[in-house]
Amino acid sequence: MPMQRRLEKRAKPMKSKTLKVDYLARVEGEGGIQVKIHGNQIKEVRFSIFEPPRFFEAFLRGRPYSDAPDITARICGICPVAYQMSSVHAMERALGVQVNGPIRSLRRLLYCGEWIESHVLHAFLLHAPDFLGYEDAIRMAKDHASVVQIALKLKKIGNEIVTLIGGREIHPINVRVGGFYRVPSKKEISSLVDSLEWARDAAIQAVKFCSKLPFPDFERDYEFVALRHEHEYPMNEGRLVSNKGLNIDIPEYEDHFLEEHVSHSTALHSILKERGAYFVGPLARFNLNFDKLTPTAKELAKSAGIAKGTNNPFKSIIVRAIETLYACEEALKLCKSYEEPERPFVPVQPRGGIGYGCTEAPRGILYHRYRLDDRGMILDAKIVPPTSQNQKTIEQDLREFIPPRIKLPHDKLLWQCEQAVRNYDPCISCSAHLVTLEFENDQLQKRKV
Amino acid sequence: MATKSKNTTKSAKKARKPKLAVWKFASCDGCQLSLLDCEDELLTVTEFVEIANFVEASRAIAKGPYDISIVEGSITTPHDAERIHQVRRQSKLLITIGACATAGGIQALRNFKDVQQFTSLVYANPKYIETLNKSTPIADHVFVDFELRGCPINKYQLLEVLNALLNGRKPAIPTYAVCVECKRRFFNCVTVTQGAVCLGPVTQAGCQALCPSYNRGCFGCYGPKETPNTNSLSAHWKSLGKSDDEIVHLFRNFNAYAEAFRKESEAHEK
Repeated sequence: MPMQRRLEKRAKPMKSKTLKVDYLARVEGEGGIQVKIHGNQIKEVRFSIFEPPRFFEAFLRGRPYSDAPDITARICGICPVAYQMSSVHAMERALGVQVNGPIRSLRRLLYCGEWIESHVLHAFLLHAPDFLGYEDAIRMAKDHASVVQIALKLKKIGNEIVTLIGGREIHPINVRVGGFYRVPSKKEISSLVDSLEWARDAAIQAVKFCSKLPFPDFERDYEFVALRHEHEYPMNEGRLVSNKGLNIDIPEYEDHFLEEHVSHSTALHSILKERGAYFVGPLARFNLNFDKLTPTAKELAKSAGIAKGTNNPFKSIIVRAIETLYACEEALKLCKSYEEPERPFVPVQPRGGIGYGCTEAPRGILYHRYRLDDRGMILDAKIVPPTSQNQKTIEQDLREFIPPRIKLPHDKLLWQCEQAVRNYDPCISCSAHLVTLEFENDQLQKRKV
Repeated sequence: MATKSKNTTKSAKKARKPKLAVWKFASCDGCQLSLLDCEDELLTVTEFVEIANFVEASRAIAKGPYDISIVEGSITTPHDAERIHQVRRQSKLLITIGACATAGGIQALRNFKDVQQFTSLVYANPKYIETLNKSTPIADHVFVDFELRGCPINKYQLLEVLNALLNGRKPAIPTYAVCVECKRRFFNCVTVTQGAVCLGPVTQAGCQALCPSYNRGCFGCYGPKETPNTNSLSAHWKSLGKSDDEIVHLFRNFNAYAEAFRKESEAHEK
């Protein structure tokens, strides 16, 4: 065997090399990049996820509908609110409950808090150091102290909103199907106004800072997928649309999207049945919902030169800052108009049915589907997190990003590849728990019977 | 007074900073995020501690050995069962944070089922997935110097543990029940006044009785308190009309595999 291998090696006229990032830093969870290059040709690109599987969909079975928000929150410590929101919407659809008025506004306010906290964490503590050539935000703070300090304060205000409404910033305890356990008083909510006014001004500075960062010249023709709502920038509700003609209601999701299980990942790769890879997250939301932003946000986008949309994924850092500004302004509006609801939740009666929910997590659409029996016990569950939806696009990006830069020194090229992956703010903990394929389900049930 | 504290800060800076490493196993990342959520304290902490290995925050990794290793997550794969020994070998002190690391976490719900069945439920090609039958806490594999509970942990408790260990004292982390915190905050008992199901009497404090302050019963994020009387609590729930099935679910959350909760839930399983 070694002899054979040696001969093979000699027979090859061109050099092969492998670019490898074993343990991708500044992302949530465990993943790596592997790129095999032969001569100047890319042979293989893998964005591998080796986060251990945790089987959420499996152990939700047989548990009451009311457990879903608390248990699915544990999929991700960075965006627990997103899991709680998608699960309560799905359950409410299954149980035939409508939640409107102040409870709906409170949910939106809670989501604003998570967007601020998560976007600022990623843009300033995890992604900005790439653009400025620092290993991390702590080293960046030595030269850009005020930027990091302002970012930390802004992030804290996002967390304060989540803490006030949800009880704590990580895995909030106050969300239930139908609403909340306790709603804050008008006075408690108004206590946020002062810090939010500061936050809005800080976010404007943040957008300006991000707009001036150096951006690699890189654009691709993507299919962007996001929610779209008639009256507002999408968070909890809307139809699923894309720039290539997709326009569906949430229950149709599984007619259009498919998941593949590949060997190098504990997360499923999600694709559009008709057109393959697609792109979810801030850039997709922004490109598809620009008209729903606030005037200040629009104005700043114009100054940053992306008001007509952008196909450069590196500019997602500007969009995160713009969405942070939007979330601050929206939160201010919601705080000022808040009236305490009569009841903290709409009463819910268990019944059988199927419910679908899809909301905009900071990283993009998060789809949940549950089937319940007559007592409201979960028969099966399906969860599709944003990062598994972006995986294929991330690999395709690397495939096109590397060739023009192939002559760069190894270290520099590796770092730039990492930066390209971080454009998506990949949340690996989320993605590695995967999804049931329908036919597998049926087979298993048959076997059980 | 002011100058004195300035001097101590200076001398602390001059001395070699203790090296801190953060490790992740099967988890949601929330507990290590707590460190980044210390918005007011983070930059101060880095003045006194060298964050030598924290992949979620930095691509720069300094080699071990480390003075303190913080471990998040549970052991669920053969590879991780090996890796935790490497972490232990490089660490003077090893502390585990969160329900995953201290009790196996929510993913330990698999421990009560056949994991092969779980894999085929979730993955189309189960053969690609390498996983152990059980999700186990770190202390089942290596010696652990301190366990910090919670799902997620309380970030101030984390700061207290770091502070205490760096100064060679015992961390002041209470092991009494949530009820003690609840009484101290003058909340009405949700069980007595609303008939709510509450795990407070058997759950370790640390959250400042958060759920009762939001009108809901405790659901056990911090795991069993010291010497919990789970049996008596189950008997009370039965008097409230709860079935055995419901009792099993109540004990089977994020700390389902912690001994006291595991035994109580098994006692009610048919």
